[in-house]
Amino acid sequence: MATAYDIAKKQDEPEQGAGAFAVAVEDVHKTFGNLKVLDGVSLGVHRGETLAVLGRSGTGKSVLLRLIVGLEKPDSGSVCILEQDIAGFSLDQLGVVRKKMGFLFQHAALYDSLTVGENVAFPLLHHRRDLSKAERGDRVNQLLTEVGLENALDKMPSDISGGMQKRVGLARALALEPEILLLDEPTAGLDPISSGEIDELVLKLQREHQMASIVVTHDLHSAKTIANRLALLDRGNVVIEGKFEDLEQSDIAFVKEFLKQS
Amino acid sequence: MSDRAITAGIHPSLPEPKKMPLPSAVSTATGLDGGLLEWFGNLGIFSWRVLKAAVTPPFEGRELIRQMDDIGSKSLPLVALAGAAVGAVLSMEVRSSMTRFGATSLLPSAIVFSVIQEMGPIITGLVVSGRVGAGIGAELASMKVTEQIDAMEVSAVNPYRLLAATRIVACILMLPLLTLASDACGLLTGWLAQTLVEPISLRQFIDAGFRGATLSDFLPPTFKTAVFGLIIGLIACYQGMRTRGGAEGVGRAATNSVVLASLFVILADVVLVKLILVIFH
Repeated sequence: MATAYDIAKKQDEPEQGAGAFAVAVEDVHKTFGNLKVLDGVSLGVHRGETLAVLGRSGTGKSVLLRLIVGLEKPDSGSVCILEQDIAGFSLDQLGVVRKKMGFLFQHAALYDSLTVGENVAFPLLHHRRDLSKAERGDRVNQLLTEVGLENALDKMPSDISGGMQKRVGLARALALEPEILLLDEPTAGLDPISSGEIDELVLKLQREHQMASIVVTHDLHSAKTIANRLALLDRGNVVIEGKFEDLEQSDIAFVKEFLKQS
Repeated sequence: MSDRAITAGIHPSLPEPKKMPLPSAVSTATGLDGGLLEWFGNLGIFSWRVLKAAVTPPFEGRELIRQMDDIGSKSLPLVALAGAAVGAVLSMEVRSSMTRFGATSLLPSAIVFSVIQEMGPIITGLVVSGRVGAGIGAELASMKVTEQIDAMEVSAVNPYRLLAATRIVACILMLPLLTLASDACGLLTGWLAQTLVEPISLRQFIDAGFRGATLSDFLPPTFKTAVFGLIIGLIACYQGMRTRGGAEGVGRAATNSVVLASLFVILADVVLVKLILVIFH
């Protein structure tokens, strides 16, 4: 039986060729103790495309992102980033791949001993040693302006709101101009206005930077707004993958229930 | 959730060593509740990763200097005070014993040798275990539970290099220097306590104390504290970076760092003293 991954791959072949996925996850299994979290998940995301991964809490959405970024290793299956299988990579090899990826954590994970500006400058300081202090400062200002926080440069993370922290996290994720952007619950815990602002920001960044993006969320409205395609996860596997209309027209009971409750 | 799953973020490929359960009193006191073999196995893998990160570029010189300042200069007042207190107490106690045996002329030597060979190093090791061990353990644990270490890894910055190697090397370099400060304060207060009872100039005290002594009497005990630094830094970083469980986990990591670092410093002292005696005497 053809999986959603196969279908997406086939649909893509005439335009971009079989190897065009920026992120390709194939038949990935992951178990923690006796708990099977992912049970044969396959997904693919092209350059310039945004895929939203939806599902109930505890269905392995965040684990999937951690596998993609190499913070976890799959029990079996492959995770290919820009056509390289990262499963057996060492920390240093992963480092090379990670420079091409930006990751926004669910709680932003800002370095609490550094200012907002220093947080954004952190990847530049370590990977763009060719930049002078002034050039680095300009880049940080540019990134903070891009996320609408040009006045927060010297503030500490504890002095800004949750929504602002996520913006700073996003600016930090974009610092090295990544080809792939991974967002873990970008609107979780935010009020509707802040959520809308984050959605608009992600859309704007998508238009400007044309990255391959994966957004993990349980916010259907946000997913509909920012994603080209949606994948719904349940019990460690992809139940359905496609455009929002495909989900609406689905006869699968879980999909209907999820849409009804969202 | 298994320990393997929990530690996966920082030790993605750790094997699962066989568990050897500890008696409950020991595990409560030390926090080695996951099994002795597993703890040592994971510590070995952690040490190897830190060593690899420490000897390969890019080197984090700026962070190393920051850590040396934090561990060295900020521990100095505490170490100096502890050394001074021990010197004074030692002088009073030894004087009482020496008087009983009619050997008060040996008092300066007894104080100098006791302070420099044992009391200064071990007191410095224990004070730094408390202050620095708890600080490193809590700081890294807090970073771990708030995903800051994951964020660092995702930013392609090796946390073993930036966080662990710099702190461990700073501990190794600063412990002998702090020991010298502790020794100096101990000798000064030892002399003060002595001269208050039986006036003697500092110069006479030092001359009498160091008479017949060689460098091998003093250098090995001072430099053995570099091993204490290695133990304190390694255990505190390891406990911090394997933390789980929110605020409670942070507290546990800080406590375990201090308890284990102090315990291993004392055990290492026994081994090192024997080694020094065998090699240098």
